[in-house]
Amino acid sequence: MPNPLVEYALRLADDALILGHRLSEWSGRAPMLEEELALANIALDLIGEARLLYQHAGAVEGAGRDEDMLAYLRDAPEFRNLLLVEQPNGDFAVTIARQLFFSAFMVPFWRALGGSREPSLAAIGAKAEKEAAYHRRHAAEWLIRLGDGTAESSGRAQEAVDELWIYTGEMFEMDLVEQQLAACGAAVDRAALRPEWDRSVSDILAQATLRRPEDGWMQSGGRGGRHSEHLGHLLAEMQFLQRAYPGASW
Amino acid sequence: MSPEQLRERAWAAASGVADPELPVLTIAELGILRDVRVDEGGTVEVAITPTYTGCPATAVIALDVVTAMERAGITGCRVRTVLSPPWTSDWLTPEGRRKLVEAGIAPPACGVGTARAALFAADPVACPRCGGSATERLAEFGATACKALYRCRSCGEPFEHFKCL
Repeated sequence: MPNPLVEYALRLADDALILGHRLSEWSGRAPMLEEELALANIALDLIGEARLLYQHAGAVEGAGRDEDMLAYLRDAPEFRNLLLVEQPNGDFAVTIARQLFFSAFMVPFWRALGGSREPSLAAIGAKAEKEAAYHRRHAAEWLIRLGDGTAESSGRAQEAVDELWIYTGEMFEMDLVEQQLAACGAAVDRAALRPEWDRSVSDILAQATLRRPEDGWMQSGGRGGRHSEHLGHLLAEMQFLQRAYPGASW
Repeated sequence: MSPEQLRERAWAAASGVADPELPVLTIAELGILRDVRVDEGGTVEVAITPTYTGCPATAVIALDVVTAMERAGITGCRVRTVLSPPWTSDWLTPEGRRKLVEAGIAPPACGVGTARAALFAADPVACPRCGGSATERLAEFGATACKALYRCRSCGEPFEHFKCL
């Protein structure tokens, strides 16, 4: 049984790293220069969060794994990220919908983690909360502009929301690891964040004149290492250098 | 040199280090130089804090601090990164804010960063060139995570705004 605190930090780190990498894939391809900068900056915040969490996980684990080993030398089944964050960028609407769903969750999540009894996690939560507020505002403004835009942009935004909705339920899942950590005040009770997420997402969808999908069956498996086929492709690119030249450094 | 003199000299050296991405400001004016202390063995330890979690300047700043120490004749200095309490734009010194305006960058609103409810209350931002308040945000994220892009409708000039955090 792995240390639950290591497992927890890895889950959070993997979410941040994989989404950060996804956003970095837009570099050189964003629809406009300002957006190029915005997506790269958000990616940078996420990768910064990932680094802190991997450093914390490595220190707690005490097995000599550093942030680079955790990011570059684990294979897909060892990754613990949400399925939502590994979904391909798609068109700009898909990237923005994914970003909104995730950041609307992370703002209250980081705020709650700021009250963790685990000092390192509390410090990371307090640090990340306001950054996530900027990410949420960025995604919300774009989704409103796309949804309440032309017939083309509105149709694509609705498709993006519909396509990704099935991955939103996993954010609120509490398995035994997180239940136990939450009971001792170290982890956040994800299920308790549902009302705030519902409110903010419904409000933004309404402003965007988009239809909120029905809450039906939700896809999950990321926390147990059961990923969509997309993660392997992402890792193949992200980890290439360390796999081809083990130990390479700048 | 007494430990107190050493600390003073170390503080002077560290506080003069310029931020690599905002070279008009020193790290002391930015509020990211948290502490300078001398341990029992006479080793200087400098504590710095990142503005944004992923700020790539943090590693460069740590290196620049060590270099500044060596120039001041202080060797073997340690640089520690502290996260808590998190940096906020409220820690910019008045001198730092003045220098930002001089460099054409609108400073963050005072006292907003620490109050999360008021994080976005700073809009509209006054133009640092003509002082006009009819400005519009062009992009949430500028050349660095800490800045947004704005344009002034009065004088027509684009400018950067150091965001509240």
